[in-house]
Amino acid sequence: MSGYRIDGLGRVDRSRRVNFTFDGQAYAGFAGDSLASALLAHGVTLFGRSFKYHRPRGLLGAGAEEPNALVTVERGGGVFTPNLRATAVEIHEGLVARSQNRWPSLKTDFGSINDRLGRFFPAGFYNKTFMWPRSFWEKLYEPAIRRMAGLGDAPTVADPDHYAATYAHCELLIIGAGPAGIDAALEAAGTKQRVILIDENAEMGGGALADPALAAWLERSLKALAEAPNVTLLKRTTAFGYYHDNFIGAVERLTDHLANPGPQSLRAPREQLWRIRAGEVVLATGAIERPLVFAGNDVPGVMLASAARTFLFRDGVAVGRNVAVMAAHDSGWKDACAMARAGMGVAAIIDCRSEVDPALVQEAESLGIDCLIHWSVVGVNGRHGVKSVQVLHHDDFLDRRLPCDALLMAGGWTPSVHLWSHSLGSLAWSDDWGAYLPDKPNEKVRCVGACAGKWSFGSGMNVGHLETNRNPAAIKAFVDFQNDVTAKDISLAVREGMKSVEHIKRYTTNGMATDQGKTSNLNALQLASAAMGKPVPEIGLTTFRPPYTPQTFGALAGHAQGPLFQPTRKSPIDSWAEAQGAVYEPVAQWRRARYFPKPGEDMHKAVARECLAVRERVGIFDASTLGKIEVIGPDAAEFLNRMYTNPWKALEPGRCRYGLLLGEDGFIRDDGVSARMAPDRFHLTTTTGGAARVLNMMEDYLQTEWPDLDVWLTSTTEQWAVIALQGPKAREVIAPLVQGIDLSPEAFPHMAVREGTICGVPTRLFRVSFTGELGFEINVPAGFGRHVWEQVFAAGQAHGITPYGTETMHVLRAEKGFIIVGQDTDGTVTPHDAGLDWAVGKKKPDFVGKRSLARPDIVADGRKQLVGLLTDNPAEVLEEGAQIVADPNQPVPMKMIGHVTSSYASATLGRSIAMALVADGRARVGQKLHIPMPGRVITATVTDTLFYDREGSRLDG
Amino acid sequence: MILIHCPYCDEQRPGLEFAYAGEAHIARPADPSALSDEEWERFLFIRANPRGRHHERWRHIHGCARFFNAVRDTVSDKFELTYKAGEPRK
Ligand SMILES: [Zn+2]
Repeated sequence: MSGYRIDGLGRVDRSRRVNFTFDGQAYAGFAGDSLASALLAHGVTLFGRSFKYHRPRGLLGAGAEEPNALVTVERGGGVFTPNLRATAVEIHEGLVARSQNRWPSLKTDFGSINDRLGRFFPAGFYNKTFMWPRSFWEKLYEPAIRRMAGLGDAPTVADPDHYAATYAHCELLIIGAGPAGIDAALEAAGTKQRVILIDENAEMGGGALADPALAAWLERSLKALAEAPNVTLLKRTTAFGYYHDNFIGAVERLTDHLANPGPQSLRAPREQLWRIRAGEVVLATGAIERPLVFAGNDVPGVMLASAARTFLFRDGVAVGRNVAVMAAHDSGWKDACAMARAGMGVAAIIDCRSEVDPALVQEAESLGIDCLIHWSVVGVNGRHGVKSVQVLHHDDFLDRRLPCDALLMAGGWTPSVHLWSHSLGSLAWSDDWGAYLPDKPNEKVRCVGACAGKWSFGSGMNVGHLETNRNPAAIKAFVDFQNDVTAKDISLAVREGMKSVEHIKRYTTNGMATDQGKTSNLNALQLASAAMGKPVPEIGLTTFRPPYTPQTFGALAGHAQGPLFQPTRKSPIDSWAEAQGAVYEPVAQWRRARYFPKPGEDMHKAVARECLAVRERVGIFDASTLGKIEVIGPDAAEFLNRMYTNPWKALEPGRCRYGLLLGEDGFIRDDGVSARMAPDRFHLTTTTGGAARVLNMMEDYLQTEWPDLDVWLTSTTEQWAVIALQGPKAREVIAPLVQGIDLSPEAFPHMAVREGTICGVPTRLFRVSFTGELGFEINVPAGFGRHVWEQVFAAGQAHGITPYGTETMHVLRAEKGFIIVGQDTDGTVTPHDAGLDWAVGKKKPDFVGKRSLARPDIVADGRKQLVGLLTDNPAEVLEEGAQIVADPNQPVPMKMIGHVTSSYASATLGRSIAMALVADGRARVGQKLHIPMPGRVITATVTDTLFYDREGSRLDG
Repeated sequence: MILIHCPYCDEQRPGLEFAYAGEAHIARPADPSALSDEEWERFLFIRANPRGRHHERWRHIHGCARFFNAVRDTVSDKFELTYKAGEPRK
């Protein structure tokens, strides 16, 4: 293989060659390589194009912090994963990866014109430039920006993979399996504690993987941990979020690294979400090296010194044959010397400090490395790779050319406090580290190793921009590589008045890319501190939020997608409707039959037929989804009397009542017909969508306001199947099926309830009507629902029985002016507004919401009231939600006086009908109002809401 | 996910089992009709919204279904204590 692979170094398995492609070009690496190390071994330096300026970019880091080298990995069949860090992609046989954000190719990218136009793209550019005229946004700015900006593409085909989720509990969770994390785990191994050690990489060891001196210790330690029965090791697992009470979210990657994960149907989950509750958390998340800020610091081949060391000792790949190091910290010297001793060519160490530990200098010189102390890099020559660098002596301010093929930056270290910050632990500024360190914990958590600042990297100098002899306005020195934020942008933001770090962040977008500023936040702070003349701790720090690194939606959703996204509630009669070819609609979490089309029928035709069948003969309707609450106890009547607007105490057993429920604010919350089964027992019904809400509200009053009342509430929604039989023939249909109930109108009047049996099944038979026709609602235990339904349907054949759905139910009730709470009301409608004064007990001293009905705004004129609307053109069906005006010729914006709440074509009436909430509506009965629609205006006459059978003569059949 | 101690179950349970139910210790007046519009407005709409200790109601809706009271710090989002409905303000 290529000459960048160093014999005898690294942990990759040189006996196992792995073939892959990048941008269509075939390469080979070794098992254990990342995409980054495998390409580096071939001398590849160019990995991608930057976000804003489309600048050529290479690797900056070797791990999770990598901001530049984002790639797309193909998964076959049009499926791909964008924005993966090349440093975190394990190669496997047949891997297909490609670069992003370039066109037509990575080396020739038309978008790089943005780089030349850089002076037109300063900080705050988006906020300033694309404001006016507004119409340009949709047609010009947005499409142009969408083409140019962004990271990878989003896949357009559905994700064929599946994702698992699991819970885990442990006494000790250790995050990060570097030396510090492994030590913490070893300490707890063999105890009674359940210990989980997780690490984001394919191999545990962290920094020890890049330190041959620790190899034996690492092997021994991991073996001991693997053998400890109380320790669970999770590799390829990223702890992405730290939540309340030591609850940690982590994603384990299971199959992406496999060359042959098996056929799709048999494949293991792609990823697994771990929800871990830990007694104590140990954060051993390490530290990330900081880049330095100077012109050309983003040229491919300029990278972190620690990354070069990692590639060399972990993967056996030299990032160059003749590298230079730009250091502001001792660690750069140590890394340079270690790499030189291992055989990599190190030309020079440039250090911006005026003094450096003489022992380090002596060691470097003994290895033949040029030591340029009190010097800085001021420029990098080369576009797709480093050819040489310009170095500046701080004393003479002249720069000279230094040949090298890579430049390594050692700007100091930033502890990885991301998870610590998620847990709301506080941070304290450390001058020694030039970084924030964990201070006071907010959970049972401690930090160990470099994350806690307990690691010897030596010392360094905190610098913003390196010294330069160039015109600062003419150079691009990058701070945030992923979002293309330069030092100039930070100083511009400060000049333009941004004082808080939160403002600077949003104005420049520094730290707002997918890497959340892992390599840029501290440099941005140093630059802002210099520009403002304030110490860093006075500027503050932005907050890290989950996820620590980007995670897939698939892992977060798990199995909760498609049909499993949420439960679909089905009534006991649902399967019958399905067999009949019903068209469904979702209502709350239920699926309900909307209509039952016959061959060739659309909804309009089916609903017209169903409506006429109910009015002329008899219809059968599944009302099982109605909310039902059994109210039991000596104080049951008193309780309902306090909850509902109307009086309940005098209701006789065997009788029903329409109940109207308000909030304490006086607005309608729910309604339904309820029956008194016995002096101490009521059978309540609620709307389908309101069942849980109503039960919660009643429990609240019962438990917290009136605990003295002896009442029990039980949800019985799913205990009863409810079959509504409506139409003049309803009584004749059920008469032969019912035992023990006198069905005659005298014995069983409207709004009564009787108990007996139907088809041999015990029933609570209600005589109620939501259609205006003679009607029964047959309540039977849910398990008998389909049986009774089929018997009734069979018995009804002789009478032309017709199944109908929710759409017909809506039309029939609208013809009678019955409201649907939530459709004809919107949470701001009082009983008076809805024309339901008759349902409010005038003599009751109190009920929930009563006091509010006397509030000044509620009794004021001009409130919207529910009225009917009849369009001039009887064939015109208004759109629900359409706005209503009094004068269609007024200038725009018009004064809107109301809106349409319900609107249907009524087959019974041979015309359209509608209900609407209109200001002072009842005083406008007889007036013409106007409904402006695109290109035309519809005129309608205001009426009351009773459109059919004004005398109520049909209730008895 | 936050853990909440239900004073009825006397157990620390995951937040998913609970539903928030607004500020605590706002008793419904015994005779609302005796209240002026301003007094009724205060009862209906005006809430403390403190920075720090907040007395609030929770319901163990997917557990024992009881309403109870809690003191939670709105800055740290930590529960200081929970206690049964009807017990005096703590
Ligand atoms: Zn409980």
